[in-house]
Amino acid sequence: MTVAIEGRDLKRYYQVKGEGFFAKPATLKAVDGASFALESGETLAIVGESGCGKSTLARLATMIEKPTAGNIFISGRDPHANGGAEIPRLRQDIQIIFQNPYGSLNPRKKVGAILEEPVIINLKISAAERRQLAETMLAKVGLRPEHYDRYPHMFSGGQRQRIAIARALMLKPKVLIADEPVSALDISIQAQVLNILMDLQEEMDLALVFISHDLSVVRRIADQIMVMYLGKVVEQGDAKTIFENPCHPYTQALLGATPAVDPRLRRERVKLTGELPSPLNPPSGCAFHNRCRFAQPECSVNTPELQVKFERQVACHFVEVAAEA
Amino acid sequence: MSLLEIRNLSVEFQTVAGNFRAVDGVDMDINETDLLSIVGESGSGKSVSMLALMGLLPWTANVTADKMEFAGLDLLTISSRARRKIIGKDISMIFQEPMSSLNPCFTVGFQIGESLKQHLGLDRKARKKRCIELLDLVGIPAAEERLKAFPHQLSGGMSQRVMIAMAIACNPKLLIADEPSTALDVTIQAQIIDLLVDLQNEKGMALVLITHDMGVVAETAKQVIVMYAGQQVEQQQVDALFATPRHPYTHALLNALPERSLHLDRLPTIEGVVPGAGDRPSGCLFSPRCEFAQDDCNEAVPAMVSTDGRGLRCFHPIENVGREL
Amino acid sequence: MSDNAAGSVAVGTQQSSMLRQNLKEFWYYFSESKTAVIGLAFLVGIILMALTADIIAPHDPTVQYRDCLEQPPTLGADKCNFAFGTDYAGRDMLSRIIYGTRLSLVAGGMVVILCLSIGIVFGVVAGYFRGWVDIVIMRIMDTILSVPGLLMALVLVAILGPGLLNAMIAISITYLPHFVRLTRSSYIIESSKEYVIASRVAGAGKFRIMFITILPNCMAPLIVQATLSFSTAILDTAALGFLGMGAQPPAPEWGTLIAENRDLMLSAPWTVTFPGLAILLAVLAINLMGDGLRDALDPKMKRS
Repeated sequence: MTVAIEGRDLKRYYQVKGEGFFAKPATLKAVDGASFALESGETLAIVGESGCGKSTLARLATMIEKPTAGNIFISGRDPHANGGAEIPRLRQDIQIIFQNPYGSLNPRKKVGAILEEPVIINLKISAAERRQLAETMLAKVGLRPEHYDRYPHMFSGGQRQRIAIARALMLKPKVLIADEPVSALDISIQAQVLNILMDLQEEMDLALVFISHDLSVVRRIADQIMVMYLGKVVEQGDAKTIFENPCHPYTQALLGATPAVDPRLRRERVKLTGELPSPLNPPSGCAFHNRCRFAQPECSVNTPELQVKFERQVACHFVEVAAEA
Repeated sequence: MSLLEIRNLSVEFQTVAGNFRAVDGVDMDINETDLLSIVGESGSGKSVSMLALMGLLPWTANVTADKMEFAGLDLLTISSRARRKIIGKDISMIFQEPMSSLNPCFTVGFQIGESLKQHLGLDRKARKKRCIELLDLVGIPAAEERLKAFPHQLSGGMSQRVMIAMAIACNPKLLIADEPSTALDVTIQAQIIDLLVDLQNEKGMALVLITHDMGVVAETAKQVIVMYAGQQVEQQQVDALFATPRHPYTHALLNALPERSLHLDRLPTIEGVVPGAGDRPSGCLFSPRCEFAQDDCNEAVPAMVSTDGRGLRCFHPIENVGREL
Repeated sequence: MSDNAAGSVAVGTQQSSMLRQNLKEFWYYFSESKTAVIGLAFLVGIILMALTADIIAPHDPTVQYRDCLEQPPTLGADKCNFAFGTDYAGRDMLSRIIYGTRLSLVAGGMVVILCLSIGIVFGVVAGYFRGWVDIVIMRIMDTILSVPGLLMALVLVAILGPGLLNAMIAISITYLPHFVRLTRSSYIIESSKEYVIASRVAGAGKFRIMFITILPNCMAPLIVQATLSFSTAILDTAALGFLGMGAQPPAPEWGTLIAENRDLMLSAPWTVTFPGLAILLAVLAINLMGDGLRDALDPKMKRS
């Protein structure tokens, strides 16, 4: 099993205009130290709410943006070394699918053109071979050859998401980043799309990075899970271990807030007070301290580091107390 | 006497491709302090039926019903003026996208005050006092300052709370919530749903919760109506619905939930798609996709058979399928 | 977010060809406005008139009938009976107006083609590169906009010399900022959408992103602007012609016709009225059609 994608202490900061006419520019720490390693055939779920940095992490992983600090390795190589020389080659190894099935396909292009675009850009094969490849991929996601000539607006949300998956897999990538791929779909369609993703993952030995805020879906498919809050990783490790016994207060709150049909899966609802802080103005020390029920004075001063405790990595000063709860 | 009585409500839209029946023969009885949830996937007609009740559909919609009475008033024959007196006062509605449901040009205080002025005729001082009361009630801190805020300065959760404040400003008898938490983060979602339930208890109003999230339904509702392709297919008490669903669609939908297939390799799906305008099956609308379908299912549309709060539209309901909980 | 059954076509439905389907839907919305359809019919009529001018014009537009100077409109087969009368040199007004359609259509068409091609390139470049490229382009456009259109056209024609071709170039320059702005703002909106990111992740380079991925999605407002510019161009060409700076006599351009017969406004009013009516009706028809087009292309007004 090879490590398909690895991140080491990834950081991405943005400079934004400060409030007011004369204010100094402020630094937005979208991702502030994320590390992970994912092997082929496995699924890493990145979980968190608005402003946690999961979408920025996706942009770093797909090489659309360069990390401010830290490294990313795809198939063992650093795309930003040597002034980005490796990027065109590595583009074939990593692709992405998005949340919104209605925005992620070019409305003015036929399905066939959408599917063939990555191939036209990256491979030199004949038009006939391209078409063959596109039709094979259409069949793999459960669509038919005649869909090749249609426009996206003629398809339902679930079908569009399948087209997006087909497009992403045209180059046979090693890593697939799925940014909330089923959040906008109905339950029965969600199930179909998840099945397709899992089948294709097995067939192509894909490393799947699944970004989501829906923990019931994550529980179903993730091998590893990384919980993020305001750019920092608060808990990370084996998915089953964390679901059975979440140790970080934020993870506990997330699980508690996720509604479940089966009463046995419901956790105690942790009432989180207040709103999600703005990433432009994060709280001092531990970013979660002002909403945490176990917070102590120390939490507003020192930022906790990720440590291995209870068979996972967790960043909390009082993790023993939280784990007992 | 019921607060709201609807019999045989149907809505047809004029479209390019002919007339489309979005809602087909819906019956409903809502009493004071009821907590009803209407559940369904896209295209089920759950939102359209409530919008028809409120009179909020575009001119291309043709609304027909045998009976549509609210607190004794006949909503079908009511004049626009009389309707405007009760909409927003006795019946209120909140919508899915809080960020776009508020007018970006006016302050929060102004918008809440509008309905107070219109329906209760309060003067400026009384309005301000009541607005602050309302914002406190929905859990917005620093209420007096927030009155001067514009919608774009509020987060998603805050905007939704402002919407709720507007909706309950005149102490309505019935509150309809159309996917109120779908667009929000998980922890905020939980806060908003809890708020709605608390308000419903405190004010003794009826709450209709429209959603596609089965987890929310299981944790919140008392009565559930399941809709498919514009028709009601099942109605039951919430616990009974999840334990012993009687309609094959409900059964299949629950099976497709990720949390119910944790022990399986693949998620169970429902074959086929929801019928569109052009391919409505003869007979039962769900029959082409139903695993329990028999020959007579294609011949006639089953009628909705209701007996004190339990209803079913099926020739061959599922009997004795108890769920191991 | 919805699998809207009314809007999407279910997989199993019978399909006619895609183009026919799109045209049918377009016509459904377009034909809701009766005035738009009338405008379209009129425009088609003008085009046909221009194409068949040699056949349908009763006389040669340059032939001067010396015996029939300034004849009022009369019907009949007598020697000096002309349907629209004759002008100061005895030329048949009707024929001149019919041949004038060619010049107006060419003027409008040239302006639209020039504006679209140059405007799109500038708009896309400004939208893609942003930064100082954007600033420079937009400030140049702002400068052009700040001078009253006709005045600028006059100045340009004065520099380039009078004539229909120079008039068209001058008018194109004054319309350019509208096209550049429209393209640029559409471009900026579209460039943050996910399908663009998907293309970037697939490795698309600059030109592909600019012209193949994003540009086709910016065309709808441009088409409407082009239609309306067509009619304004006809109007402005006529204005320049009236001022003597556009098409030169004896070209039968409608504005030039009015200019030529200016002195006869009171004594032979038909010589200026009919060209004026022609301008009015042509511009009105194209504007009505343009309104209908805009409504039909606006996705928010769609019903299904």
